[in-house]
Amino acid sequence: MGELIDALAVALKAGLGFQAIFLALLAIGINVQFGYTGLLNFGQIAFAMLGGYGIAISVSKWGLPFWVGVAVGILAAVVLALLLGLPTLRLRADYLAIATIAAAEGLRLLFRSVSATPVTNGTRGLSGFNADFVALAPWDTARRYPILGTQWSGAELWVTTVGWLLVALSCLLIWLLVRSPWGRVVKSIREDEDAVRALGKNVYVYKMQALVLGGVLGALGGMVYALGTASANPDQYQNANTFLAYAALILGGAARVLGPVVGSMLMFFIIQFADTGLRTLIDNGVIPEDLLSATDVAQIRFVLIGLGLMLLLVFRPQGIFGDRREVMLDAR
Amino acid sequence: MPADPTAGQPAPHGAHAASLDPAAAGRAPRLLARAALRDVPWEVGVAKPDPAIVVDGVTRTFGGLTAVSVDHLEVQRGGITGLIGPNGAGKTTLFNLLTGFDQPNTGSWSFDGRPLGKLAPHQVARLGVVRTFQLTKALSRLTVLQNMLLGAQGQKGESFLRALVPGTWRAQERANTEKAMDLLTRFKLDRKKDDFAGTLSGGQRKLLEMARALMSDPKVVMLDEPMAGVNPALTQSLLGHVKDLREQGMTVVFVEHDMDVVRDISDWVVVMAAGKVIAEGPPESISQNQAVVDAYLGAHHDAPLTVEEEDRVLAEAEAAIAREENADGDVIGSDTRREEDR
Repeated sequence: MGELIDALAVALKAGLGFQAIFLALLAIGINVQFGYTGLLNFGQIAFAMLGGYGIAISVSKWGLPFWVGVAVGILAAVVLALLLGLPTLRLRADYLAIATIAAAEGLRLLFRSVSATPVTNGTRGLSGFNADFVALAPWDTARRYPILGTQWSGAELWVTTVGWLLVALSCLLIWLLVRSPWGRVVKSIREDEDAVRALGKNVYVYKMQALVLGGVLGALGGMVYALGTASANPDQYQNANTFLAYAALILGGAARVLGPVVGSMLMFFIIQFADTGLRTLIDNGVIPEDLLSATDVAQIRFVLIGLGLMLLLVFRPQGIFGDRREVMLDAR
Repeated sequence: MPADPTAGQPAPHGAHAASLDPAAAGRAPRLLARAALRDVPWEVGVAKPDPAIVVDGVTRTFGGLTAVSVDHLEVQRGGITGLIGPNGAGKTTLFNLLTGFDQPNTGSWSFDGRPLGKLAPHQVARLGVVRTFQLTKALSRLTVLQNMLLGAQGQKGESFLRALVPGTWRAQERANTEKAMDLLTRFKLDRKKDDFAGTLSGGQRKLLEMARALMSDPKVVMLDEPMAGVNPALTQSLLGHVKDLREQGMTVVFVEHDMDVVRDISDWVVVMAAGKVIAEGPPESISQNQAVVDAYLGAHHDAPLTVEEEDRVLAEAEAAIAREENADGDVIGSDTRREEDR
């Protein structure tokens, strides 16, 4: 029993940790693009990578202050959004999807390539760029703090605090936006672009704004991740993360302000709980070693997540926060 | 018909005309438009006394097919102009061109003297030319009221930064909501205001789309088949609303297939076939126009021939062949052979 509570505590830490924040910020960005505006961005991780590397390269390679690194990361995300959006947003939705998925994979390969090594340090990645950030913490970062049955390092706690603050501010921003006439236009674009054009709105500009905003949120997520791991490595930014963020968004409920946040927390909680829980059960002999060995747990937990998502889509297609009536309109 | 406008009104008109004063604002513009058009000759490309839209030499080709080729067309301000023609005549393509949804290969057109040639759809709409679509575009997952509010022009809260400061757009939003509710009441959709537009019936969507277009205070309303797929009772109500637009001084251009509807509400009818304007004139002139009859009934096209006509054409052709083959002309022989064929 005590072990199960431990497993819960570990899972809770994962649900609150910087990885959940990373996923939440990616998903909030996707929510703006996909949930509200109907844009298919399948390369959200590219924005996160630019955010993370914006700090990493600026600080450890160019010796710039931390805040300049943040600005560089955001600027890079804006530029990427514009580059992807300018040619594709006048076309059908599929073109943006293709362009973003290619950009995400292409950028990662570029960052780990030999020719980029002088700047990005290739596959070895960059580290030692978060000293300035950790120094900002109001508490002693060398100590460890016991919270809810788990140990948190001071630095970890600081990243998490700042991260959740960012998530809260992003949610506030999205909440303000979607209840305004701006949000109404954007949601209408999701429903039917031509109708919105016929009513005198410049659809292209709105789509671009949504793409840039979502991209910047993704970049913030990447920064939190880079600061949390204290390193930046191209292979941390696999495009699978984009789809994990989509899954979190759908789990929480698309086009809902808190949907992506709760979805991400729950996602990491479930992944971690399945992981520790299964390991505990195997160690205690509840699950026979022949049926499932400890080494298989890493894979089987994603099978469980997949199964859970399938059940969710069958029995609650609107996600946790969604409105069933709204989702069912599409099923006609 | 122009002499006594009330005689042509179907009974259900009274249901929605309540919001208007029929005597003052009501009849005058309608008579103006009809009266102004009375002396206009019934010719293709004729100049109107007060044109709102002028089209010049517009062509649009899709590959080898010329979808639209209009030399000159003027639309009278403040009138209802019906655009009719067989399927594939280019009516919708012309609509798309005029509203910026498609770009022509050649030609120019203007609205109130301002050229519209290179404008994007939203710029055309901002000038006061709004359109509806043949396949209704209700924004399903928005409520009816939100659909309406989207139509309002010049909204401060639609800019990204001002959206974040509700104080800058609250008052405007309230005013727009009031206006939207007025319109919804007129279109009998006020009780549906909080329903998703996706739950409305086909006819209600048509109403909503028209009401939404009116939120922008348009000068020209272009309706693409407003009555298609609408039941007869609702058609009457829609007709009434279209007439109301004219009474309020708007210029209406609409595409329609139902000739009774066209005859009922149009001040002027433009007939298109195979991309060209083949006739224009007041509604009563159209049914007598030979070009229109040809286009619709297909004297030279694909309509089946009558038995008598078939016999005559066949006899003529065989006579011609016989004359070529034989100088004597064995017409009787070929006639009997045809009898046997039957």
